[in-house]
Amino acid sequence: MKRNQCDPPSSVRAQGLALFVLLPVLAGCDGVQSALAPAGEDASVLATLFWVMLIGAVVLFTLMNGLFFYLTRIRVHAQSETVARWLMIGGGIVLPVVVVGTLLVWGLSILPDHRQGGDGLRIHVTGEQWWWRVEYWPEGADEPVIAANEIRFPAGERTELVLESAHVIHSFWIPALGGKMDMFPGRETFLSLRPTRPGTFRGQCAEFCGASHTWMAFDAHVMEPDAFDDWLAAQTEDAAAPASAAAERGAELFGREGCGACHAIRGTDHVGTVGPDLTHIGSRTTLAAGRLGVSQSDFQDWIAHPDALKPGVEMPPFDHLSDDEISDLARYLRGLE
Amino acid sequence: MSMSNHPPQDRGREPRGTYPPDQAELDTPVPDELCRAQATRLRAAWKLPKGWRYWSEVNNIQIGKWYATTALIFMLCAGVMALIIRLQLAVPDNDLVSADRFNQLFTMHGTVMMFLFAVPMFEAISILLLPGFLGARDMPFPRLSAYGYWCFLIGGLFVISSILFNIAPRSGWFMYPPLAIDDEGPGSDIWLLGLSFIEIASIIAAVELIVGVLKCRAPGMRVNLMPLYAWYVLVVGGMILFAFPPLLAGDYLFELERSLDWPFFDPARGGDPMLWQHLFWIFGHPEVYIIFLPSIAIAAMVIPTAARRPIVGYSWIVLSAVGTGFFSFGLWVHHMFTTGLPAISLGFFSAASEAVVIPTGIQLFAFLATLLVGHVTMSLPMLWIAGALAVFTIGGLTGVMLAIAPFDFQVHDTYFIVAHLHYTLFGGMIFPVIAGVYYFFPVIRKKTLSPRLGRWAFWLIFSGFNICFLPMHLTGLLGMPRRVYTYPAGLGWDGLNLISTLGAFIIAAGFAVFVWDVFRPKGKAPDPPRNPWNAGTLEWSHQIPQEYWGIRSIPHITSRYPIWDQPGLVERIDNGRYYLPDAPNGQRETLITSVIDARPMQIQRLHTPGWITHIAAVFTGGCFIFPAFQMYWPAVICGVAAAIAILVWLWAGTARAPTPDHRDAGLGLSLPTYASGSDSVGWWAMWITMLGDATAFASIIFGFFFYWTSQDDFPRDDALHAGGWETALAALALAAAWALVVLARGSDRAGRIGVARIALSAAALCTALGGGALALAVLPLEPAAHVYPAVICAIALWIGAHAALGFVMQLYCLAGSIAGKLTPRHDADLCNVTLFWHFFVLSSLVACAVIGLAPRLL
Repeated sequence: MKRNQCDPPSSVRAQGLALFVLLPVLAGCDGVQSALAPAGEDASVLATLFWVMLIGAVVLFTLMNGLFFYLTRIRVHAQSETVARWLMIGGGIVLPVVVVGTLLVWGLSILPDHRQGGDGLRIHVTGEQWWWRVEYWPEGADEPVIAANEIRFPAGERTELVLESAHVIHSFWIPALGGKMDMFPGRETFLSLRPTRPGTFRGQCAEFCGASHTWMAFDAHVMEPDAFDDWLAAQTEDAAAPASAAAERGAELFGREGCGACHAIRGTDHVGTVGPDLTHIGSRTTLAAGRLGVSQSDFQDWIAHPDALKPGVEMPPFDHLSDDEISDLARYLRGLE
Repeated sequence: MSMSNHPPQDRGREPRGTYPPDQAELDTPVPDELCRAQATRLRAAWKLPKGWRYWSEVNNIQIGKWYATTALIFMLCAGVMALIIRLQLAVPDNDLVSADRFNQLFTMHGTVMMFLFAVPMFEAISILLLPGFLGARDMPFPRLSAYGYWCFLIGGLFVISSILFNIAPRSGWFMYPPLAIDDEGPGSDIWLLGLSFIEIASIIAAVELIVGVLKCRAPGMRVNLMPLYAWYVLVVGGMILFAFPPLLAGDYLFELERSLDWPFFDPARGGDPMLWQHLFWIFGHPEVYIIFLPSIAIAAMVIPTAARRPIVGYSWIVLSAVGTGFFSFGLWVHHMFTTGLPAISLGFFSAASEAVVIPTGIQLFAFLATLLVGHVTMSLPMLWIAGALAVFTIGGLTGVMLAIAPFDFQVHDTYFIVAHLHYTLFGGMIFPVIAGVYYFFPVIRKKTLSPRLGRWAFWLIFSGFNICFLPMHLTGLLGMPRRVYTYPAGLGWDGLNLISTLGAFIIAAGFAVFVWDVFRPKGKAPDPPRNPWNAGTLEWSHQIPQEYWGIRSIPHITSRYPIWDQPGLVERIDNGRYYLPDAPNGQRETLITSVIDARPMQIQRLHTPGWITHIAAVFTGGCFIFPAFQMYWPAVICGVAAAIAILVWLWAGTARAPTPDHRDAGLGLSLPTYASGSDSVGWWAMWITMLGDATAFASIIFGFFFYWTSQDDFPRDDALHAGGWETALAALALAAAWALVVLARGSDRAGRIGVARIALSAAALCTALGGGALALAVLPLEPAAHVYPAVICAIALWIGAHAALGFVMQLYCLAGSIAGKLTPRHDADLCNVTLFWHFFVLSSLVACAVIGLAPRLL
């Protein structure tokens, strides 16, 4: 466990206190989908906000319940009415005004960061049932680089996200990088993120969107800017040609089974846009929007029984194919790097 | 209130005799013989029907018990759903239930807890106990309570049983479109129609409770002497009145889209799913306080008793309760922080959401202050209150965190929210209500609950609750979203979820102990003392064994804690030495007093057991249930049958003029037995109902202007408008109908019965003409094509339905006049109908302006 991934408040004293009180909690707060293990500016600010509020909450909770215990168990006999009146005014008015006022000033000052302009790259994400259509629009680009089901960011740059949905409401969320934003049909929403720490993090749909809401996830890769540029350049390329006999057979099956009606593979005749673009599916780190890994057997399972893995999914099962055929198809797709 | 319409001096209906009662009168003993004879007559009038007729009872004690038991059973069902949910989530990649079944389970868990448990439980407890707090014999409209209860039972069974047939709603308790619109199967319709039905029952109960608090208090119990619970009932009743109608309006639009494809929420045809979110949360947030405030009210009754002194800061608490109610309507957007609203909105609603901490804080610290000045006796109810405080402060403090919009961006729709809302609802509802059950049980069942089992239940529920929900805060921060039916291993959520599941079963064990304690047979247990906690409020003048008359005689109140401050009070009540000690005609009656200072005004005859309420409830149910399965004709038939049943109920019951005109109320006071206009409880009920109705109408009009502000092309330049002349004619005809109703009331009162009848007939004609003209105005529109014609038609349909109602009311009054039920002296029905028309003429003029005028000017 990498305890240092948690990002407690910057002030050393607060940090010390937080560590003392919350040691067991701190030990468990990392993870690829954790808001408490921030890997970006936005998430860091919010994690700090949380830790400070948590300390305040623990203090206030102890005061209030301690007072109740004191009055009902320790000093049960009657005390002065003046004290009572001051308790009501002090506790009911003065304390909340001060605490909440301070918190509001700080909390709301963070608010504008959430939608500040980016440094050039714009990513357009559309929520589908249940996957993510992704377009990269580098600064000045005339046409986007089409991808799906994973999002890559250059570290240290602020990237704008334009969010939309095809059917129902979804919510776009990468906890390690920042807050979430809902995605609506017929309306665009905006979010900007500035990841700082390279690595792979997990994002997930946060608005209930139907049967397979659970399985609408993705990997978010934060890359060094140079590596990101290389990767993006590679994504603009057409798909790789089949590199083995098995992959050849798979490519032929792909056409024969009509996969191209829904899926596009650039550089081939397949131009469907109903499902995710598969041009570079072999370079992704998950299959079916975070549902599976990318091993040969993952691909085979998915092709044969998508509905068993993702209830309600629109892709039909291809279990009428023989095991060998499914294996060939998987080999072809895995080769599309 | 205005008395100008019907000066009481003209009507010979003012109270006669002495009030307030003089001491000599109070000191006069009632002869034993007479006292016993009075008690016998009272007992006979309030006798509980035997055998199967038991279920025809309308008395608040029975209705309250049935209501509370039903709500508790629904809660246990929803609890079982929660246990299945927790079992499914105990380990990663679990397949105990399917995704579809899981989605039905969490949707129903939230829906049942909110609509079939939390709000009905408040209404049940209030119907059960409020007359006791106020010194009333019963609620003002016993049959209405009964109708509300049977509607609740039918609607509740309908909604909850859908999960057994695997057709339950499955789009979340918030039913966001387009997901819930597109959902196949009857689930969404069951939600919309079933819950609309139950919401109407809730509004009915709210009307009854508000009128009860305003008009049924014991003489002398001025508003500043009411028990705090009554204040909370007033605030919460008012909130129900303004919060439920926006949701009803939303349900109306939603069901029109589901059934007729009118595209209110479909962006492809100009609709906007955000409108539903606004309407839902304008309801949804006050709902939280509708649940929370009554439980605070229970604490406000328990704490002074434990501290053995009056509450500190009574007026502060009242103002804070009103303030909380008021603020709660300005917070709804904090459920929508992540929808991309402008930063200025987020800032405003963040601040408003934080501001509600202040009135809440005042209430909690006033309780602590009361404990500070009192000499505290810890009791079992106080243990539950302590648990409530501990749990609620955690929920409140996480609420303070969540109101900061940027923090909400992270944890919104995660398990952090699941933890937060359960901390507020357990701390703000479950624990105080159980405290109330232990505290009030001697009043309710004339037995006490076991202190030993009570402690077991407390520690099981308290520890189980924290084991279940405290870890969820972290689960959420580690990124686990809500409403996922399973999750992959290795994200750091596995152990936390297992612990939560363990906790859930400990809670269940605690509830098992509690429920057993409540329902176990207690026949052999000795009778408890009458006032075991030495409380000071009026409900503790109850009698053991049970008497169904509510209170033996209705006292004159001069203190907030009459049992503490008015020596000899209980003995006098028992000896029938206060008001209404007798039932000379064998009728059930209660005392109606004035709104502010509770001067006695009237002896109100109350209804006796009957079946008409059941018939009306069954057909009303059919009217809502059949359309969920696209059976529209049976629904129409049921609707007509329900209307007929209600008319029969009114005609045979309410419209009978009581005799004699004046009657001795005791203590030298003689009171009228009939009232009309603002003196009557019916007028107040109509006023309050119409406020709710106007709120629903305003919500639909809000929808029109919402589309107008959120879209550049609403209405589109080439859009077909509703017919201008027809709309103008409709406005004119409905205004004329209103004027004629007003004329009819005036003429009738002046004794010109013929003029009144002609005016009523003409009014009915005008109403029909107005409704017809409006229908013609919108007939050429195609509501399924775009949201603009759809919203115009929805407004017209709303007005049309109300015109039909107004038409029936006019004919009802006409028939009453001809049958001699409605006379110049007995014109309450006509006054109430006039009040309906005051509201309706306003809404129809607004509607005609929006339909006919606004689109041409915008």
